[in-house]
Amino acid sequence: MPYQQGLYPVVRKDNLAKGVYSLVIHCPGIAREAKPGQFIHLRVPAHILRRPISIAGIDAEQGNIRIIYEIRGEGTKILADLKAGDMADLLGPLGNGYTLLEPDRKCVVVGGGIGVPPLLAVAAHYGANATAILGFRSAQAAFLENDFKKAGVRTVLCTDDGTMGRKGFVTDALEELLQSESPDMICACGPSVMLRKTAEIAERHGIACEISLEERMACGVGACLGCACRIRRDGKERFLHVCKDGPVFSGKEVVF
Amino acid sequence: MADLRVTVAGVSFQNPVIPASGAFGFGREYEKFYPLSRLGGISVKGMTLNPKDGNPPPRIAETPMGMLNSVGLQNPGIDAFLEKELPELSRKGTRVIANVAGSTVEDCVEMVGKIEGSAVDMIELNISCPNVKQGGAAFGTSCESAAGITAAVRKATTKPLMVKLSPNVTSITDIAKAVEAAGADAVSLINTLLGMRIDIRSRRPILRNNVGGLSGPAVFPIAVRMVWQVANAVRIPVVGMGGITTAEDAIEMMMAGASAVQVGAAIFTDPYAPVKIIEGMESWLDEQGIPAVSDIVGTVQPW
Repeated sequence: MPYQQGLYPVVRKDNLAKGVYSLVIHCPGIAREAKPGQFIHLRVPAHILRRPISIAGIDAEQGNIRIIYEIRGEGTKILADLKAGDMADLLGPLGNGYTLLEPDRKCVVVGGGIGVPPLLAVAAHYGANATAILGFRSAQAAFLENDFKKAGVRTVLCTDDGTMGRKGFVTDALEELLQSESPDMICACGPSVMLRKTAEIAERHGIACEISLEERMACGVGACLGCACRIRRDGKERFLHVCKDGPVFSGKEVVF
Repeated sequence: MADLRVTVAGVSFQNPVIPASGAFGFGREYEKFYPLSRLGGISVKGMTLNPKDGNPPPRIAETPMGMLNSVGLQNPGIDAFLEKELPELSRKGTRVIANVAGSTVEDCVEMVGKIEGSAVDMIELNISCPNVKQGGAAFGTSCESAAGITAAVRKATTKPLMVKLSPNVTSITDIAKAVEAAGADAVSLINTLLGMRIDIRSRRPILRNNVGGLSGPAVFPIAVRMVWQVANAVRIPVVGMGGITTAEDAIEMMMAGASAVQVGAAIFTDPYAPVKIIEGMESWLDEQGIPAVSDIVGTVQPW
């Protein structure tokens, strides 16, 4: 499949929480090919490196994708200025998405902070058969919970300070859920510690688990070998690459 | 239509633009954007005798108009290249430059021995990688070791031999003269400049390797200066690289004395950069009424 790169119009921008922005971009070719868990590489004006941003929503019919990002540094700060009507320089869709089972199977998505967005596209695939366990620092930092609900997804919210939903970690909520339910798949994205714990829990319960990694990235297509991650595969540990081999890996094979 | 063909060390290139080693893998990824036959040549990922895992991440850090990398020569090894990459790559209608980055003189000699009967068009001996503990820049920072490894590899190959130089030296012209005397057919420069960034919150370097190689537009003026100095110090051709992003940059580099150019970091910003540079050079030459790109090499008129 050839990669697509070009300037595409931003059709909608929303501010979801402090420093968290959602863009809907009209890019029919990319929207047609995109799968939940893949990412696009967004060019930052006057900067050398693009920024990899996961795809949060795919509307192939309208030809739109949705991306959600948080101001983390200089690059994302500039990207926060993008607004409806602007043109965004996109390269994508890149990487491999989550394995999607038949929509009538049960899936639990586990997300933390800015790791939540790609899971919306996954959960939407399963609709009412999905459970989303979403963690944020506080009520003010929370976003997207209504989008999950709109997709018919049963949603469990956790906050570090208890200002919204349960107080505590998403991994505790996951442990609790697995006491009474046994989903066919767990998909996770978020901080490294959360991913490691989620993978451990899934392993202990014998449930398939896929996690999405991030790493500082240059080319985005597997050429420069910048975004290395440690993977145990076929009994051997080696550096694979988030952009081309991932960003989604089996929870069993990631070496934290 | 201007004639874009150039010849470097007896190897003819259909145009002077070559993706630089490390920025383009073995070409597979970018073939999804454009046919590789558009390019003058490809300098493939730096290779070692045995497969190499590279450095732990993070390996990438952005800098003002540039970037640091500490990939550390992750590569599948020379045998995998010759068996799995070269047979296809050599049929793509572009020149193949094998970047040889062995960690010892013996490794490099053995590697070029393996390359000898292959379809590789040119060897680029990498004595300038800043990201490995053994070999790499250790060879390229003294005239004696640079000349020593060049002479040993020269004896072991009949392929055109280009030596890639490090800018992290007191006098790059002395190194260039030393490798010329030791039998190099061409030199390419500059490899990356050693740099560092620190995350002030964690007080940790951003790169897990602490330091890494700086590339991108930030290094362009340094590269132009070094290419100009070296081109004036040696008789062998110079291939110029370091921060070339536009056709104008490539023309500037050739006026400084480069017979051809390599493009690296610009590809990360725009995968089409090499193709746009080729097209831009052609239109500029046509506009200026210059019949051949080789006419501009070394034509800067210093004050």
